[in-house]
Amino acid sequence: MIARSSTLSAPWLLAGPGALFFFGLVLLPLALTVILSFHAYDHSTGIQNTFTLSHYVTVVTDSYYLEIFWRTLRIAALTTLICAAIGVPEAYILSRMRDPWRSVFLLVIIGPLLVSVVVRTFGWSMLLGSQGLVNQALQLVGFAPARILYTETAIVIALVHVMLPFMVIPVWTALQKLDPMVEAAAWTLGASHFTALRRVVMPQVTLGMLSGSLIVFGLSASAFAVPALLGGRRLKMAATLVYDEYLHELNWPLGAAIAIIVLVANLCIMLAYNRMVEARARRTLG
Amino acid sequence: MAFLTLEGVSKEFGSFTAVRDVTLTIDKGEFVSLLGPSGCGKTTTLQMIAGLVEPTEGRISLDGRDITREKPNHRGLGVVFQSYALFPHMTVTQNVAFGLEMRRVPSAERMERVREALSLVQLTSFADRYPRQLSGGQRQRVAIARALVIAPPVLLLDEPLSNLDAKLREEMQFELRRIQRKVGTTTIMVTHDQAEALSISDRVVVMEGGRMTQVDAPYRLYEQPSNAFISSFVGKTNLLAGTWRRNGTSSAVDIGGVLLEASAPEIAAGTPVTLSIRPEKILMRDAGAGRLEGRVASRFFLGSQWLFTIDTPIGTMMVSTPNQGVEPPAEGSPVGLDWSPANLRIIAGTAAAAA
Repeated sequence: MIARSSTLSAPWLLAGPGALFFFGLVLLPLALTVILSFHAYDHSTGIQNTFTLSHYVTVVTDSYYLEIFWRTLRIAALTTLICAAIGVPEAYILSRMRDPWRSVFLLVIIGPLLVSVVVRTFGWSMLLGSQGLVNQALQLVGFAPARILYTETAIVIALVHVMLPFMVIPVWTALQKLDPMVEAAAWTLGASHFTALRRVVMPQVTLGMLSGSLIVFGLSASAFAVPALLGGRRLKMAATLVYDEYLHELNWPLGAAIAIIVLVANLCIMLAYNRMVEARARRTLG
Repeated sequence: MAFLTLEGVSKEFGSFTAVRDVTLTIDKGEFVSLLGPSGCGKTTTLQMIAGLVEPTEGRISLDGRDITREKPNHRGLGVVFQSYALFPHMTVTQNVAFGLEMRRVPSAERMERVREALSLVQLTSFADRYPRQLSGGQRQRVAIARALVIAPPVLLLDEPLSNLDAKLREEMQFELRRIQRKVGTTTIMVTHDQAEALSISDRVVVMEGGRMTQVDAPYRLYEQPSNAFISSFVGKTNLLAGTWRRNGTSSAVDIGGVLLEASAPEIAAGTPVTLSIRPEKILMRDAGAGRLEGRVASRFFLGSQWLFTIDTPIGTMMVSTPNQGVEPPAEGSPVGLDWSPANLRIIAGTAAAAA
């Protein structure tokens, strides 16, 4: 009986520490944030103990907030698209490399993850600034200096740089599982290199691309450091908006409401995308 | 008439020579096997014919056309890979249709030819399955159908049966031969399994260390192996090292003082030679009635036959006898060994080292 009860409790004990952490560090703060978002707020007296839906109503009716949400969505989608366009070929080339070089280039791709996002973003702001290296180069070849810093372009450039490893790694993993002879088989059947890539290799890395784009989209939509440093004071994204509501306006309930809306929107988009693409890929790839 | 020819084809990978100076002529409709142990260059040779590996030297031509530098997608050869390399995201039908699609065969004709190919390999009822839903033998047949449907001038098979279990492998050997006979496609198969090569090929090319060492019909290869390596690699054999003796018209091999009568006209007396005799060519007699006395060291029952190892004054010999339904001599009992001198193969000189 003792043995039996201990085998029954073993899974709970093993999962316990992780579950406790998850509850204490994710679920509990999230629940508190949800509750906070319904509290009324008064500019002179602060958070009230009465409940209201007004913060949600404000957010979804005010064009100021909607514009920021729309911008967040656009920037995250664009970043995901560019990451896929660069990351997938990059992963393919990486998977076809021979060993000393493959390790070197894998390190080059993962390397940036070892540097803090803030440091990297400051790097970009120096490069993209009005007297930065990019503008100096533009002037050198005779172009007028462009305003890049504090635009969406700057945010997208830096986000792509930060997010690229999250696209390359899942795609590369998917490519590793591919039998290289499958591509050769397509050639012997008359397919050109390009057709073999399009018809045989690409469909098999869909799942890798899918998980990569979900990670990139989710992280981009909630990115804070990059838009805060490269978007400036006026070009806000969802995360910087929440930060401002909390720390500048001191309107915590409104900040909480925005955070919850961003979370729910992000979840909806990712789940819908996942269902749409993954269901199809799973059906054929198993 | 020479259909596919390889002239002095070599392949070097850095300082390593995988294939050395292979020259081979294959006729239309022929079934040729490249046989050898792993690392002998047989797969590299096949890949050079397929266009997946570019030869360092030499020339490959198909039906009078030089294809040495042609890209694999222009050669139009059918290839069955060892791993089958099916497209996992396509159904059986889509897999087989792929080559026709690449050739822009109109859809109605394409479907008709796919159906024919699937019925040839007896997979009609599996047309809509995905490769992962098929067994090993079925996948292998899809790979054959996919390669054959484009009506290739040459079919290349890379160890097509090595991933199958023993019983299925035997069935597929006959299946492969049946299909090849029916379609009449010139076929080159790479294998390390001598039984497979012997049973289904018209000719067998033995490769060793990147070189071709013998090209012959299976029966002749088995009966007249050109060196000690081939005689032990193709089938089982007893190899005995000795010295060639000649006394007037009679000649014999001297193995540790025992003289075994044999004939081989071209060898000078005193030359060290290797003698080869197949286990099934040795007959087992009562003690004292044979050419050589021995004692049964062990015996193995293989169903259709018995395999003995017998201790004799000239060393341990393998002997196999058909199962006649009577129990043969037990372990430890004395026996006499007999054979027809014509079945002793003399392999000259240093070849013993290769065994």
